[in-house]
Amino acid sequence: MDLKLEHHDSEGIEVVDVEGEIDVYTAPRLRELLIELVNTGHYQLVVNMEKVEFLDSTGLGVLVGGLKRVRAHDGSLDLVCTQERILKIFRITGLTKVFGIHDSVDEAIAARKSEK
Amino acid sequence: MATVEMTFTPLPAHVRTARLVATAVARRSGVAEALLDEVRLAVGEACSRAVEVHQEHCPQTPVRVALTGSRERFEVVVTNAGVHADGGDSAEWPAPAQQGGGEPGGSGRDGAQRDGDGPGLAVSHLPPALPAELGLAVIAGLADDVQVSRTESGLSIRMSWPSQDAADKPQ
Repeated sequence: MDLKLEHHDSEGIEVVDVEGEIDVYTAPRLRELLIELVNTGHYQLVVNMEKVEFLDSTGLGVLVGGLKRVRAHDGSLDLVCTQERILKIFRITGLTKVFGIHDSVDEAIAARKSEK
Repeated sequence: MATVEMTFTPLPAHVRTARLVATAVARRSGVAEALLDEVRLAVGEACSRAVEVHQEHCPQTPVRVALTGSRERFEVVVTNAGVHADGGDSAEWPAPAQQGGGEPGGSGRDGAQRDGDGPGLAVSHLPPALPAELGLAVIAGLADDVQVSRTESGLSIRMSWPSQDAADKPQ
């Protein structure tokens, strides 16, 4: 399995569960989903990456693109990730300063709601 | 002579294959388990970049990857034909402040102004798409020895990691 994508609403925030590898081959699918969610009015997103096994700069680009799209609607895109091997590429590129990265979906949702 | 040499059609679907082969050869060459994720990511970045260049310039030409394991180091060389557009076409990373009629709230040269409720770096300073050479920056952050050089027809990225013999040596 290369990439599996699911999403569901949780207290008004759309949670995107990603499983598998996000690379140059699979990243377009994630990109299409994020675009679709924004186009259908979902501007508060949480991307759960706890089951992501691989993420490269192409995947980072998709996440950045998603963040910019939701921000254009005063929305948010937060990440859930505790895997050091995935967090490493965020640190190398400095994107830990751009994304809110949380230890769990519940924490991400709570953090977003507390800012409203 | 390389331990393993492979060529693959420049399609995104084959980058994963290259990652898997490189990781397997690295493990067999004695690269520490803790470094294999870095090998996988760096090789993936180099191959992804090569695929992008080939698709733009020479889609019929395969990407070449040479994997060489020795007692001291494990080395990967990814060679692509064709050349990316040079820096003039790529957004800088992180983006400097816009000049002239730039976005409101632009920061100074460091581009690190807070953006409303964001965690830090201003989202407005992010380019619409991450620059193509970000992959090279990622590689440089993963491999402790990276050399990028031009070939007759394109670019060669050489990166290496210590194998177990080197890791076992007293510092």
